[in-house]
Amino acid sequence: MRSTCEAVATEAEYAVALADDALVASQRLVEWVARAPQIEEDVAIGNIALDLLGQARLLYQYAGSLTDPPRTEDDLAYFRDERAFRNVCLVERENGDFAVTMVRLLVLAAYQRELYDRLARSVDPTLAAIAAKAVKEVAYHRDHARQWVLRLGDGTPESHRRTQTALEAEWPWVSELFDGGWLAPALVERGVAVAPASLEEPVLAFLREVLDEATLAEPDPRPAVTAGREGRHTEALGHLLTELQHLARSHPGASW
Amino acid sequence: MVSASSTTGGELWEVFVRPRRGLAHVHVGSIHASDAAMALRNARDVYTRRQEGVSLWVVPAAEVRASSPDEQDSFFDPAADKAYRHPTFYEVPDALHL
Repeated sequence: MRSTCEAVATEAEYAVALADDALVASQRLVEWVARAPQIEEDVAIGNIALDLLGQARLLYQYAGSLTDPPRTEDDLAYFRDERAFRNVCLVERENGDFAVTMVRLLVLAAYQRELYDRLARSVDPTLAAIAAKAVKEVAYHRDHARQWVLRLGDGTPESHRRTQTALEAEWPWVSELFDGGWLAPALVERGVAVAPASLEEPVLAFLREVLDEATLAEPDPRPAVTAGREGRHTEALGHLLTELQHLARSHPGASW
Repeated sequence: MVSASSTTGGELWEVFVRPRRGLAHVHVGSIHASDAAMALRNARDVYTRRQEGVSLWVVPAAEVRASSPDEQDSFFDPAADKAYRHPTFYEVPDALHL
């Protein structure tokens, strides 16, 4: 498959990687529903998680249509093992407190906002259409996370301390978003994919502006050793997938 | 900057949605939020997720002055027997199609 339709296969892998980011982030966010600080936040987080799930579904459907034999969105979400997942490690790690979730969402949404904004001009019309739909959603996610980070960072001494701690914990996982080593260069050259490195400056510029306004200090860069895009994950992903995939694997082919 | 959620989850805000252009904002319910910006966002998430609106207002519930149930008789009953306030005492010409 790789030799005869390599370009197509790598494009499918690209779509799968973006979908995996969205699916895994969605699953982590859902853990907050019924446990958020307010019932209003339960609904907000639920909405955001559903937006991400919708993006993942569109990307999986498209990726599955590019491979031979074709795969369904369920094949890709439920019947791949940990090593086949291509999401960044940022999104898979345990939740921690609410500050961790909002800082992580801020980083993810800032990245997705710049990514989808550019991907909406992809030469691949399907990817472009998915990105054009998603960019409005992630712009709202980014705003939601920004509002919370501003209030937590510039709130009480306790909320400031927790948010700064969350930032220190998330920061090492940010640089993986901008590492394009896993991506076939031809995809970027042909204008199908967005070069991850090109997103670093706008994403960090946005994050710095928020951190500054939130009276939070940008941590020193100490990138974690990550290879989520190559399928090497932290311990957390296996546990997340166990829960996510349990029902589909216990009852293959079940429907509502 | 207003501090994040307190133990009560913030103050109460009344939410008004304009369902579409040309219609008035209608009260739809209330939400909790720490300040106006968060109130607008919470209202968006709770009350407009199924395309219910094109515009949102949030108003601090504490700022709403409501008529009291004790005053119901003096406020509203006097209108009950004044049928002449309704525009029903003249013929509408046939040529006028309302």
